[in-house]
Amino acid sequence: MSSLTEVLPPLSERPTVLGWMRKNLFNSLGNSILTILASLLVFWAVRGLIIWVFTVAEWRVIVANLRLILLGQYPITQIWRVWVSLYLLSFLTGNSFAIWVRGAWRIGLFLAAIPVALAFLPFGMQQRLWLVGLAGVGILGWVLARGGGPALRRSVIIGWLLWLPILFLLLRGYTSSEGWMPIVTTNLWGGLLLTLLLTIIGIVFSFPLGVLLALGRRSELPVVRWFSVGYIELVRGVPLITILFMAQLILPLFLPAGLTIDRVLRAMVAITLFSAAYLAENVRGGLQAIPKGQFEAANALGLNGLQTMFFIVMPQALRLIIPILVGQFIALFKDTALVSIVGLLDVVGIGRTVLAQPEFLGLQREVYAFISLLYWVLSYAMSYVSQRLEVSLGVGER
Amino acid sequence: MRKLLTLLSVLVLSSLLLAACGGAAPEVPDGTAAPADTAAAPAEPATEAPGTTEGPAPAAQDGGFGQTLETVQARGNLICGVNSQVPGFGFIDSAGNFSGFDVDYCRALAAAIFGDATKVEFRPVTAAERFTALQSGEIDILSRNTTWSLVRDTELGGNFIHTTFYDGQGMMVPVATGFTTLEDLDGGTICVQTGTTTELNLADVMAARGVSYTPAVYEDADSTFGAYYEDRCDAVTTDKSGLVARNTIADDPSAHLIMDVTMSKEPLGPMVRHGDDQWFDIAQWTVFVLFAGEEYEIDSTNVQDVKASTTNPEVARLLGNEGDLGLKLGLDNEWAVNILEQVGNYEEVYNRNLGPDTPTYIPRGLNSLYTEGGLLYAPPFR
Repeated sequence: MSSLTEVLPPLSERPTVLGWMRKNLFNSLGNSILTILASLLVFWAVRGLIIWVFTVAEWRVIVANLRLILLGQYPITQIWRVWVSLYLLSFLTGNSFAIWVRGAWRIGLFLAAIPVALAFLPFGMQQRLWLVGLAGVGILGWVLARGGGPALRRSVIIGWLLWLPILFLLLRGYTSSEGWMPIVTTNLWGGLLLTLLLTIIGIVFSFPLGVLLALGRRSELPVVRWFSVGYIELVRGVPLITILFMAQLILPLFLPAGLTIDRVLRAMVAITLFSAAYLAENVRGGLQAIPKGQFEAANALGLNGLQTMFFIVMPQALRLIIPILVGQFIALFKDTALVSIVGLLDVVGIGRTVLAQPEFLGLQREVYAFISLLYWVLSYAMSYVSQRLEVSLGVGER
Repeated sequence: MRKLLTLLSVLVLSSLLLAACGGAAPEVPDGTAAPADTAAAPAEPATEAPGTTEGPAPAAQDGGFGQTLETVQARGNLICGVNSQVPGFGFIDSAGNFSGFDVDYCRALAAAIFGDATKVEFRPVTAAERFTALQSGEIDILSRNTTWSLVRDTELGGNFIHTTFYDGQGMMVPVATGFTTLEDLDGGTICVQTGTTTELNLADVMAARGVSYTPAVYEDADSTFGAYYEDRCDAVTTDKSGLVARNTIADDPSAHLIMDVTMSKEPLGPMVRHGDDQWFDIAQWTVFVLFAGEEYEIDSTNVQDVKASTTNPEVARLLGNEGDLGLKLGLDNEWAVNILEQVGNYEEVYNRNLGPDTPTYIPRGLNSLYTEGGLLYAPPFR
């Protein structure tokens, strides 16, 4: 946006690495000594970590169990289904980049480079081909959607809406035991796959529920308001782990004999309901920040209540709370680790069972370090995307 | 605005209704959830105070003679609640398959029912949820290092079948000391967690044997083992399976040895729901087939030869050459052959998971045949 008006400084004042160091780190004797001391301190602090990572740590436990950590016990013959859903995701991302993120081709290229870079890791040949194909499909989606009109835009939005049901259909399958797409029961879903599924479901379903609850709390109808307030305060008053325990331990006892609800589904519902209560309060914060004049202006234009909410108030309110929402979604992503305590094999749960393998006894540090790295990479990716979103929507500027 | 709010109220109300069904229900008293017992440490049987983790037991919901077998056969697989975090007993290997001693028992049961040891779905259950999962019918059988005790046998709506693994308090010493019996520890220091039955057992056993020692007591399990691994004592004591699991965190697990002595009773075995005696019998006699297989030296490699050539009437009945023992259980007459061929006898199962060639070696001790001074004793097959 501001790149057109940006003026480069004269050649002599453009920053070079050496020049920057001289200016900021070694501009006086005192500062030079401080710089050297500080770098020694940093070196001394991280030396142990570096030595451990490169010489002591036995990463073979990760190499041998990579599939388990990423996909859990998902049958090896059916893994193509996970790839197909990833390909769809990549294609849609390429489309969306071409349509909505014009000019940011560098980020797009960076995204496409990730799978290619991963292909250099010690995977089998087949996985490498899949990974390179992933980047290819993303670029293909980008090329195809370039210069598309509103019709294309609409179909991409529909594509996103359809992606989630398709994902579940693909992962679960629909032909019983025989056939080309046998059902993979949820007890075989695990690892990072399960963590991401819980997160995606949590985000996708708690968002509308949270918005509804927020509107309900501001409603003039006492019953609606009363219910919303009661729900929000009750759920916010108990820890997530309690709700998970309730869903896994107590709920089954109340169901009639023979009727069981899938455990993964129960965890998904519990996480969604929990997250919705917090989200409602965040959305309410956004709603309250909208000046009354906006409602009045909308009324003056002849918009009815529904139209005011959806075209005037909500877009402004949601734009305001993007940083808070993303913060909550990142927290939700990490909260899903709690399901390992109720016996689901998410990435943490599977990590704990990997630690029980007799051939890898005592490698706690390696396994937990790797899992932390996974969490960090994904959380950081979420916060990075949200920063880009804020920039492109101009949050905080106008 | 009115219209919108009416619409919203309907939506919110319906979502609240859904929420109530979905398990949010925080108004349920949560004292029964027992969050204290969530760490799936294998040492839990000894330190768990009976009654604290178990809430008021609701009545078993289904069952009735023959119902479980019918359900399992109609479903086409057995659902077995296992532990996924105990080395040697239940874990998932690198290939994504469940493995371990308790897991192999489930396979044996599946072999008995279906003639196919692979027709079993493993459901990892935590210590806190295991009894609920059994009561609610989510699992058909619980095979997850659970100690048999009177309270559990009565209040929890389940029945323990015959013990598959006699655990008990054990003693671990560094290999370098060369100690193999408790008497070797005379005059030494022993790390033990204070305020547990473990500490009392140790005092009793040592007094009975006339061995003098200095107890080094610690508040919790972490510091007890921390002290041991820092060489502040000559030995450390807790449940044997707990010793094995704890030892996995050691820098060099092979530098420590679990002595071949047992100082307390921790019978671990599978558990079934109250009310279906046929299912109880099937589960129980599956255990006995494993015992009998070892007793009559029938294993996965020779079971067909033995079946073809045996002259021992007991073995002939066991393997279905004579009589109809399998049919009496509601199973196929080949049930025992299937167990022994596909899973093996007790010795094979034990050695595969806990034998001397595994990193999780536990000496057999009480888990030997009665003919070798152990407790494994199958009633007659007749």
